[in-house]
Amino acid sequence: MKAHSTQSRTKTKITAVPAIEPTDMYSLRLYVAGVTPNCTAAFINLKKICEEHLAGKYQIEVIDLLENPKLARGDQILAIPTLVRKLPEPVRKIIGDLSNTEHVLIGLDLMPMK
Amino acid sequence: MTKPKPALKPRTQIQKSLTGIVGLDEITGGGLPKGRPTLVCGSAGCGKTLLAMEFLVRGATQFDEPGVFLAFEETAADLTENVASLGFDLNELIARKKLVLDFIYIERSEIEETGEYDLEGLFIRLGSAIDAVGAKRVVLDTIESLFAGLPNPLVLRAEMRRLFRWLKEKGVTAIITGESGEKTLTRQGMEEYVSDCVIVLDHRVKDQASSRRLRIVKYRGSIHGTNEYPFLIDEDGISVLPVTSLGLQHIASTDRIPTGIARLDAMLGGKGFFRSSSVLVSGTAGTGKSSLAAHFCDAACRRGERALYFAFEESPSQIMRNMCSIGLDLKQWEKKKLLLFQATRPSFAGLEMQLTMMHKAVNRYKPQVVIVDPLNGFIVGDNMAEVKSMLMRMADFLKTNQITSLFTALTSSNSPFGGANVTISTLIDTWLVLRDIEEGGERNRSLSISKSRGMVHSNQICEYLMTGHGMELCEPYVSAGSVLTGSARLAQEAKKLDAKLLREQKNVRRQLELESKRRALDAQIDAMRAQFEVHEAETMSIIGQHQAQATQPMPNRSKIGMSRQTDTATKGKRSLK
Repeated sequence: MKAHSTQSRTKTKITAVPAIEPTDMYSLRLYVAGVTPNCTAAFINLKKICEEHLAGKYQIEVIDLLENPKLARGDQILAIPTLVRKLPEPVRKIIGDLSNTEHVLIGLDLMPMK
Repeated sequence: MTKPKPALKPRTQIQKSLTGIVGLDEITGGGLPKGRPTLVCGSAGCGKTLLAMEFLVRGATQFDEPGVFLAFEETAADLTENVASLGFDLNELIARKKLVLDFIYIERSEIEETGEYDLEGLFIRLGSAIDAVGAKRVVLDTIESLFAGLPNPLVLRAEMRRLFRWLKEKGVTAIITGESGEKTLTRQGMEEYVSDCVIVLDHRVKDQASSRRLRIVKYRGSIHGTNEYPFLIDEDGISVLPVTSLGLQHIASTDRIPTGIARLDAMLGGKGFFRSSSVLVSGTAGTGKSSLAAHFCDAACRRGERALYFAFEESPSQIMRNMCSIGLDLKQWEKKKLLLFQATRPSFAGLEMQLTMMHKAVNRYKPQVVIVDPLNGFIVGDNMAEVKSMLMRMADFLKTNQITSLFTALTSSNSPFGGANVTISTLIDTWLVLRDIEEGGERNRSLSISKSRGMVHSNQICEYLMTGHGMELCEPYVSAGSVLTGSARLAQEAKKLDAKLLREQKNVRRQLELESKRRALDAQIDAMRAQFEVHEAETMSIIGQHQAQATQPMPNRSKIGMSRQTDTATKGKRSLK
């Protein structure tokens, strides 16, 4: 738990390609609470989906609420894990371990219609 | 079980946390279960949020127990604004770190479920808020809205169960509010998770007047009042009015106070009502119930006591004007602040509201005498049981405060025991019945004492008159087995007077007759005596002659007698004949 949280605490785990225009940029924020199977799964699933569908134009920020509980207020986080799509607007929330790829893509507006 | 502080002294009941809400602590026997969650449920607008908020505010201000309010329905700003009308300054409490207000907003349309999750975020938020102020009290209002905001009720249910366990572990006293469901107490069956204490609130509108009620459905490990208790929400927050909690422990006064009508005092054992007793004056329309009340008021003020007059049908100025017609100047007492009128329409508010307003007025004004004129306004439809319960509480409250109360009640028929009055009569110590007696083309008023606990009282039905100087009770007039009133009484009185005169005349005549008879007799006696005297005189003279003759010699005769030998002895008189 300790090892993972130190890794993800930094709030700025950026995997991005600088050449992309800001509007096309996907700014994603993953809220976790320590290292739980759901949180770990969510992070792994998210990475995978992003690499597959948003290669080079995404940015993931992992927030561990155990360390920054106050941040839960800002994005109205209740469920853990929650993925928040900050950009592009509008804000979308995706809860769960992101194991249902189809739903994640709908949530991120990467798949037009179900 | 939570163990925030191990109990040092042995206790029979679980530890409780005072709510500070008027009346609620009484019926729960000391508050909500400490360190445990309590479910407060009810339909929309029944006062759940307010009760929960007052619990926190009182906790923060009176018991130094900071609180956290987790709102799922109203924003912090809305909440602050809403409860400001009740005198709760949330912003100030927040600034003093006595309260945390957190609004949790969930928008279903923004949320996509993509697999397993839990509500750790909620726990973290709540935990951090509790830690921020060292909260001892927590409110979750209304956590059920999560079910609308989040998919997968199975996860939610599991998380709810975990949440309540977690709250217990934290040792916070929590209130969870829930919307009432159709078959269950709450829509999502929250009562399954919160099993320590369940309070149901209810808001009913009956006959266009609303009344709020509170009931403790369950309270594990504690005795509690099980009735439905009316409660109100007014500018001081919630007040629950327990009926039974007052008990019947008031001290009965032996002090007597006059009724304001001397003759009525006489009927009541010569001294009037007992102090702090309850008096009911019932009667048909226009029998003078208010006038009697005014007399009582006037007498109280005359003694320098304070009277509070709840008028439900007439305005104060109307009452004062009307009472002038029977010579009662109530205005002077009002000016001297010995008499206070409180006039409202009974339909202005529900019974509980009325009761609380009356409570408040009594507490503020501290009268020795209270008049409620009349009770009938409260009786709408078939709410007699409620009126009785209200009256009972009112009477108890007044008695415990050593206040003498006089209620007037209009009876519909000419029967003095109108159905309504019988039910309330058990609460009443002295019951005066005013009646109309229609006879001989006129209407007369009569008063009788139906009951008067603890004193000798007259059994007479007395006629009374409304005069320019007040109510006047007449002597009961009984003739040929019936009581006469009004002009019948006057006629009978006149008739009786005539008869008396006649009798007197007759007597005089009889006496005269007797006198003349006596005189006649005397005359007769005189005449007889005179006759007798004449006779006596004659007889005496004859006897004289005869004696004279007897002493003269009469040999011839003796000789003759002897020769005949008729008698051995001769008697002068016989032999003469």
